[in-house]
Amino acid sequence: MNSASASPASSLGGIAADAASRRPRLAAGDAPVIRVRDLDFFYGSTQALWGVELDIRRGEVLALIGPSGCGKSTFLRTLNRMNDTIPGTRAEGHVLLDEVDVNSPDVDVVELRRRVGMVFQRPNPFPMSIYDNVAFGPRLHGRARRAELDELVERCLKGAALWDEVHDRLKASALALSGGQQQRLCIARALANEPEVLLLDEPASALDPNSTAKIEDLIFELRGRYTIVIVTHNMQQAARVSDRTAFFLKGRLVESGPTEEMFTNPTRLETEQYITGRFG
Amino acid sequence: MSGLRGGRPDYGGGIGAFLCAGAVAAVLLGVVLLFALLFMRGAAAFWPRPLTEWRLADGTVRLAEELDERPDGSIRARIGNREFYGLDFLIAGPEEVAARSRPADAVRIERTENGPFFGYLDQAGAETWRLRLPDGRPVELPAAQVLRVSYPNRLGWFGRVGAWFAGVGRFIVEEPRNANQEGGVWPALVGTSLLVILMSLLVVPFGVLAAVYLNEYARDTWFVRLVRVAVNNLAGVPSIVYGVFGLGFLIYGVGGAIDRAFFAADLPRPTFGAGGVLWAAVTMALLTVPVVVVATEEGLRAVPRERREAALALGATRWEMLRHVILPGARPGILTGAILAVSRAAGEVAPLMLTGVVGFARELPIDGDFPYLHLQERFMHLGFHIYAVGFQAPNVEAAEPLVYATAALLLALVLALNLTAIRLRARVRKRLEGR
Repeated sequence: MNSASASPASSLGGIAADAASRRPRLAAGDAPVIRVRDLDFFYGSTQALWGVELDIRRGEVLALIGPSGCGKSTFLRTLNRMNDTIPGTRAEGHVLLDEVDVNSPDVDVVELRRRVGMVFQRPNPFPMSIYDNVAFGPRLHGRARRAELDELVERCLKGAALWDEVHDRLKASALALSGGQQQRLCIARALANEPEVLLLDEPASALDPNSTAKIEDLIFELRGRYTIVIVTHNMQQAARVSDRTAFFLKGRLVESGPTEEMFTNPTRLETEQYITGRFG
Repeated sequence: MSGLRGGRPDYGGGIGAFLCAGAVAAVLLGVVLLFALLFMRGAAAFWPRPLTEWRLADGTVRLAEELDERPDGSIRARIGNREFYGLDFLIAGPEEVAARSRPADAVRIERTENGPFFGYLDQAGAETWRLRLPDGRPVELPAAQVLRVSYPNRLGWFGRVGAWFAGVGRFIVEEPRNANQEGGVWPALVGTSLLVILMSLLVVPFGVLAAVYLNEYARDTWFVRLVRVAVNNLAGVPSIVYGVFGLGFLIYGVGGAIDRAFFAADLPRPTFGAGGVLWAAVTMALLTVPVVVVATEEGLRAVPRERREAALALGATRWEMLRHVILPGARPGILTGAILAVSRAAGEVAPLMLTGVVGFARELPIDGDFPYLHLQERFMHLGFHIYAVGFQAPNVEAAEPLVYATAALLLALVLALNLTAIRLRARVRKRLEGR
């Protein structure tokens, strides 16, 4: 990586332009799968998100960037209501998944989380076999019959680019895998629920560069079939993998736009300062 | 810079390390002494001793199993033949024993009454055995009373070892005889095992469910904190208090009600309204539930938060998360709780004395008669057996070796249970960590 070159912003823009040129165009156009309107979020009495408005388009890869504590992970977790698991939290405003507000009381959280899958920062496979990890979701939801399960597990492991490495030891413990393999297993596990949206919360930050590259290749593969929202601290990663980028600062969405534009020609001063490494 | 040089001589240890290491050594010594005493004395009870003919200064002749020598040179020996001598033991100083020899044909006969017979065997008839006492007086013994005949003076070293193993085996699988002074401890072993199994079946599910509620469902209110403090402090309640509870509430209250409702025809003879293995097990379960709750809570807390989130993010409900991810992950903690509970229950005696243990039970609480498991039956227990043999047998001195043997067996049982559970836990842990 030529991070020593003269202008980090322009080199990031170069990466983004290069990545964009290699990516096929998305067919679905502009139809948003998730629309966020006027979203505030509170941890107890502390407000963490302020009036966020954002559209997430079907099939795109959206990167959320910003300094630590800016609310990007909190925002990500409002999309599948994972914040419900933290006592004393509260969301106000609207998160519309196919025009249904996910925060309305009649929403089935189980079904929401099936449709909006999530992969976490640290690989977190269950202490069971590789096969059982992938089959966990389908078994819970009764979505696959026994005969179909083998085929589904294979498809998901192939989808997560892990099949070739583990096909001969599916019954082995998932915890015996390396960190990078574990993270791809977690992606396969999320894919097994056949979600529409995949939320990735810094999925490569705990991995070595080689594993990180594999995860990024995987995101590239999954693009188009799934809508992907990825939180990342790594500017180059955002530039490489995403179609669009949203920049958060102090709980507010500062700006969002096509990644190439964000990195070459940001409209806001804070964005430029952040991506050029002036702070954060 | 001068301060850096000239380090203190006691840097690596000094008086502090000496004191701490000394304390460890003292503790180790205590434990080793305990084990050594119990196992050596226990093992000695089954070692076949030679029969020595004592010709005493006053002209009497005895066959003696010499037990130990006292500081003044006198020897304590078992002389058998209680119905003729009136006592089991003789202590003789060196000047009192005129001559000692080891006649090869001296016989030791274990029998159903009066302790062992030491003497000579002339004829083993179908109905009566003709014997001679050590001094040559002929006596007769009904054949039905004879249990086992041995010639200890003819045994070689291997013969002794074989006899020792046979003795240990009989001790384990035989029933006690002669007011617990002789024979084995099989009923006590069965009673202890049954009690521990019943208790585990009760305490593990309840303890785990209670811990899951406290750790997973209950909010952190003052009430929950109070419950947790109460549970922790239950572990410190003296065990006899649980016995009183078992007697007052379980036996007289619950058992009495069951008798009035289902066994009215048998009253006033109680069925469940008296001490029995079920009530003892329930009492023990109550006594051990705190350790299961505490250990399970630790196990639940040890499951990483990321793993919970992963389950929830896959659309698991809270119960599914618990059932498929959290509880399997907490298995080492649950097993730890079970280990501690079992060890405590196997060794606790005081509450049992109020809830159904007896020194001698005519029947086992488990047998071949329908319904096979008799939960209302009184039972024997190794812990109580130690007390019963050591302090309630008619001839405490004769029963003393069995006290050590029983204590060693109880210790071995608890150790075996612990080792099994620890190995099981290690295996579960290994599987959980994927090694």
